[in-house]
Amino acid sequence: MSAVDARFGPYGGRYVPEVLIAALDELTAAWEQARSDPVFEAELASLLRDFVGRPTPLYRADRLSERVGREVWLKREDLAHTGAHKINNAVGQTLLARRMGKRRIIAETGAGQHGVATATACALLGLECVVYMGTEDMRRQRPNVERMGLLGATVEPVEAGARTLKEAVSAAIRDWVASVADTHYVIGSAVGPAPYPALVRDLQRVIGDEAREQALAAAGRLPDRVIACVGGGSNAIGSFAPFVGDAGVELIGVEAAGEGLGSGRHGASLLAGRTGVLHGALSSVLADEDGQILEAHSISAGLDYPGVGPEHAMLRDSGRARYVAVGDREALLALRELSRLEGIVPALESAHAVAWLLGGGREPAGGIDLLTLSGRGDKDLEEALAGLRRLERDG
Amino acid sequence: MAEPGVERIAAAFAAARSQGRAALMPYLMGGFPDMATSAAVIDAYADAGADLIELGAPYSDPLADGPVIQAAATRALAAGTRLEGVLELCERVASRVPVLPMVYANVVLTLGAERFAAMLAGAGAAGAIIPDLPREEDPSVAGALLERGLAPIGFVTPTTSPGRLAAVAAAAVGFTYVVSLAGVTGERDELPPELAGIVAAVRAASEAPAAVGFGIGTPEQAARVGAVADGVIVGSRLVRAVADAGDPEAAADAVAAFLADARAGL
Ligand SMILES: Cc1ncc(COP(=O)(O)O)c(C=O)c1O
Repeated sequence: MSAVDARFGPYGGRYVPEVLIAALDELTAAWEQARSDPVFEAELASLLRDFVGRPTPLYRADRLSERVGREVWLKREDLAHTGAHKINNAVGQTLLARRMGKRRIIAETGAGQHGVATATACALLGLECVVYMGTEDMRRQRPNVERMGLLGATVEPVEAGARTLKEAVSAAIRDWVASVADTHYVIGSAVGPAPYPALVRDLQRVIGDEAREQALAAAGRLPDRVIACVGGGSNAIGSFAPFVGDAGVELIGVEAAGEGLGSGRHGASLLAGRTGVLHGALSSVLADEDGQILEAHSISAGLDYPGVGPEHAMLRDSGRARYVAVGDREALLALRELSRLEGIVPALESAHAVAWLLGGGREPAGGIDLLTLSGRGDKDLEEALAGLRRLERDG
Repeated sequence: MAEPGVERIAAAFAAARSQGRAALMPYLMGGFPDMATSAAVIDAYADAGADLIELGAPYSDPLADGPVIQAAATRALAAGTRLEGVLELCERVASRVPVLPMVYANVVLTLGAERFAAMLAGAGAAGAIIPDLPREEDPSVAGALLERGLAPIGFVTPTTSPGRLAAVAAAAVGFTYVVSLAGVTGERDELPPELAGIVAAVRAASEAPAAVGFGIGTPEQAARVGAVADGVIVGSRLVRAVADAGDPEAAADAVAAFLADARAGL
């Protein structure tokens, strides 16, 4: 087994206060060991099967296919326990934390899906759980706040800045700086200092591994394109990873264009960012010319983040993956469209990927698409319905 | 500034040592709550006998800082503070006291190592403290600073492994910044008992002095730390004093009073 990646081209690394270096070394060593330990592997596999409900189906969405003029297969992460792909990472990291003897778990959450997934995994394993969440996100993802409480987790409101995901990550890191001895930080996306981007990718690649096999079995060949939304980039990198070596498969990541890339209110860190450090990694970030991090904006809390995983920055530079962006309005309309076409209410994050397919992604006609539906929309109902009413009112 | 920063830092520690005490290094957040106040505060530091000065440049996401300094940074940024302005503060007192700007990695890397080092050298800075840039991640920054005679400051914390501690201390230029506790900046009632041992290990492995920061908020704590270390860094307590003062003059009086007490106890 090769070493855990610390750099992806020039990106990645560990741009953190010295106090965290020892914990990152320990985590790197623990993951290197665990991922090649058959006992750990078997325990994780059995939890993914019996607790999470994997493999998730690969579903041929016929009415959507007809609408876009391509054959569309949905990788149904929305059917995983707790309703999103986040549980794959949360179960893996909490198992790892228990193996490392850490009794206390902290996490950040934006959409609340990662917080719920971590709270769930902690309940399963009997670990203490504290979740940092911006108060703006607590407002727009209220059902998830209540679920975390029910699961026995403590939700710590974060009031700084725009009160969203960026500040929640910062608050979690500050907690960890002071608690590293007995605490593991379960980061929720493929971001953060090494080894997190590699660790989260390794735990999420189950999405792509399953989908690749399922596509070969069901469609008889590899898809022409793999499409996923990109917040921090975990569902996308998990979907892409097994296909990177398949030269014929195009990889497409869909970022949040918010109110438009020109508006300054978006979450498109890859398309409109600059090289910089956020939360411990060098990647593509939304920052001003002085290097001050800017606030992101997206209607979807999970994409409302001014950074992105370093491996995506490398895939962008090399041209191996292509990144596009879709705005709030298109995402809202796509959420409704998929609900009515397929009887599937997607998360607002996932709706960005669907929206790209319904728009610019229709071209060229024909061909097979694999689209990762990263989560379900139950958490978004209030926000999405209000948004749709606004769209109707404003024409 | 003819004399290299590295040597001015060494001279400052040597001068304090010759008086039989640890060096006192107060921190201020540049531009908090405004430039006029910061100018009054940094002048007061120089007048009140600061041996060295740590000068914070505000950053949007200061991961090593607790609530007091974080709030000060947010306020300074909202007031339009940029690195150029912070370095003007440095220039005010650089001929009297060695000044070490404390700048987060993204600000440094956005400028680029060469431009950053040139700006600091131009302002007469003696070194740079970058709390989230371990040397191995980007040696070019330390290289650019050293080329201009400026000291890139390395960190040791209670979680640093013995091997790493020895390496950081051995490579130290200027001084080693010993973080007293596992945590972010902010005043604490108690400092960890293992601190003296960590400082001793750093000193044993290094030619350069060891200065302790984080958590020191009273003259008594400063005195206790000063008994085991070569330098004492006081941050949040002084930022709080500035926050509580109503105007530049009151801020200068408040920090000068604290420094006088702290100096007397060392
Ligand atoms: C359903 C869903 N999809 C996507 C994301 C974005 O995260 P990532 O890019 O790491 O997959 C989130 C984040 O909260 C989410 O809840």
